[in-house]
Amino acid sequence: MTEIKSHPVDGLLRTDRMPHIWCPGCGVGTSVNCFTRAIEKLEMDLDRLHVVSGIGCTGRVAGYINVDSFHTTHGRALAFATGLSLSRPDSKVVVYSGDGDIAAIGGNHLIHTARRNVDMTVICVNNYTYGMTGGQVTPTTPDKALASTTPFGNFEHTFNIPNLVAASGATYVARWTVFHVRQLTRAMVKALQHPGFSFIEVLSPCPTLFMRRNKLGAAVNLMEYFRDSAVIENGADTRTVGLNEGRTVLGEFVNMRLPTLRESYENRMKEALGDAFVPYEGDK
Amino acid sequence: MGKTRKIVDTGTHFIDGNMACAEGAIAAGCRFVSGYPITPSTEVVEHLAKRFPEIGGMFIQMEDELAASICFQGAVWSGVKGMTVTSGPGFSLMMEHVGLAAALETPSVFVDVQRAGPSTGLPTAPAQQDMMQARWGSHGDYEIIALSPSSPQECFDYIVICFNLAEKYRCPVFFMMDETVGHMHGKVKIPSPDEIEVVERKNTSRPPGEYKPYKIYGGDVPEMVKVGMGHRIHITGLTHDEQGYPAMTASAQQILVKRLCSKITDNVEDISIIKTDEIEDSEVVVISYGITSRIVEYAAGIARKKGIKTGTVQLVTIWPFNDKAIREIAAQTRHIIVAEMNLGQMVLEVQRAVANKVPVHFLGNAGGRTLDPETIIEKIMEVVQ
Repeated sequence: MTEIKSHPVDGLLRTDRMPHIWCPGCGVGTSVNCFTRAIEKLEMDLDRLHVVSGIGCTGRVAGYINVDSFHTTHGRALAFATGLSLSRPDSKVVVYSGDGDIAAIGGNHLIHTARRNVDMTVICVNNYTYGMTGGQVTPTTPDKALASTTPFGNFEHTFNIPNLVAASGATYVARWTVFHVRQLTRAMVKALQHPGFSFIEVLSPCPTLFMRRNKLGAAVNLMEYFRDSAVIENGADTRTVGLNEGRTVLGEFVNMRLPTLRESYENRMKEALGDAFVPYEGDK
Repeated sequence: MGKTRKIVDTGTHFIDGNMACAEGAIAAGCRFVSGYPITPSTEVVEHLAKRFPEIGGMFIQMEDELAASICFQGAVWSGVKGMTVTSGPGFSLMMEHVGLAAALETPSVFVDVQRAGPSTGLPTAPAQQDMMQARWGSHGDYEIIALSPSSPQECFDYIVICFNLAEKYRCPVFFMMDETVGHMHGKVKIPSPDEIEVVERKNTSRPPGEYKPYKIYGGDVPEMVKVGMGHRIHITGLTHDEQGYPAMTASAQQILVKRLCSKITDNVEDISIIKTDEIEDSEVVVISYGITSRIVEYAAGIARKKGIKTGTVQLVTIWPFNDKAIREIAAQTRHIIVAEMNLGQMVLEVQRAVANKVPVHFLGNAGGRTLDPETIIEKIMEVVQ
């Protein structure tokens, strides 16, 4: 037996911060593995990659990726990332956070960052609950599901996040699960190369606070569910991809090229001001 | 044909305080501003939206003040100078990111053109009611710096100092204007760039591996860094250690928060600007700040003509509060009046500092209009009687 002292993506992780905080069976780490593989595949210049997170379990991702990274405030990672992205046109800014952070408290920033087509990639890990605070209901908790704040079952309508961001103007939208690691990695590769606002929803189990409370078994049971209920429909009309019992629509739903915020700004200013326009290049 | 815009608009201008503030920010090197429209501050960002595209800066109007108050902080960590601008209700929304700037030690400038509150209040009328909110508005213990201008010229001069202090102390710096000073037109002299003292950011020269973002290598403030230099920084609003990594212990909390506070409280003399006039052997000293100081100056002149030895003090720097300077002032007079456009905020600090050595009287209103000179004169007469 040889002792394994390193992992192929160790260089991309802050190994001095291991072990991480995620529970056994949690899918956030799996998504991070896919993310590091995507970075590796693209041979990205790590000085030109910045990761920004909000608050929550997925919000801890920024702290484990070995690039310049920021762990900001709850829901506001996108706004911080907007300032960073505009000031670093030669960098890729990635926002990595959870469903509560991005779709609930950060919902307003989500729709406006998508509308502006800010050049950034958003990876939203949806585990149907607020894990960090103990399993409360989120805008993505399924109908009738138990949460600590819906002890008699969820009675609110749920967000169809891909439809929300597509309707808001996102130019790349995909959804995968942490079961579909190869497809997810490929989607990340595409999203990281996409100019403009790219968004990937990653469905993921929270065995500790969502599954146990709802008697859904172990993490592997949800992985089996992801496998069995998956319906891959690339290019699907996002209005039809809401998560329903027994049917999990996955794939690349939107992929189009529109001017990014920076491009729109520069085009407008060049047209209005001509040679008098001096582009904003941050700290150059 | 292209024309090159002057970055610093050197010359003598007749402009309002809001425009002077915008020009001062430009002169200080600010190149990224995120904001959200709100009366009576909007002209600051309107002016920058016009000016920035011709001088390589950028203004972005965000979806709300929550976003506006963090967007520019993202830009600051890329290496530029940034700020946001607001008033009352927007200032309340920004408090979350005042705390973030304090914790991350982001050099940040927040301009608050104060209007009368609470809530929507009187959007178009002045007040000085956010003075305590600037100091205490976000949760937790931290220290900030706040300056208050009394004229359009001071809007230009002191916003430059705000940016300098933000760079030097890496903390939230507030520019506490008010509706009157923001909309008042006056003569503003903008010096040539070489006559304006601008503190540039000093990023660390330490190579990756030999640098920790929150380690003190000398002085009271950690060395700043920007993204993309290979340091692979992790910056978090959680309590953190010298490396910047989360440190979830009471001892890490003591070390970090005490340092965030002491870097300001140990440097009050360096930070503080207080203007005094005829305070020696006076019968009464009127302490004020912002637009109220202009009115006090006029009222004091009349009181002196009536034979009352009246001194005046303008607190340019509001926070950190300069206890020592106030005690020295108290030692030279028999009465202190604190005049402000609120129902008693900075008077509490003056009373605390003076500690009953001389009587401290209060003159204020609930905002909505500036104090009348007559009211100030009456108060002076009443106190010395």
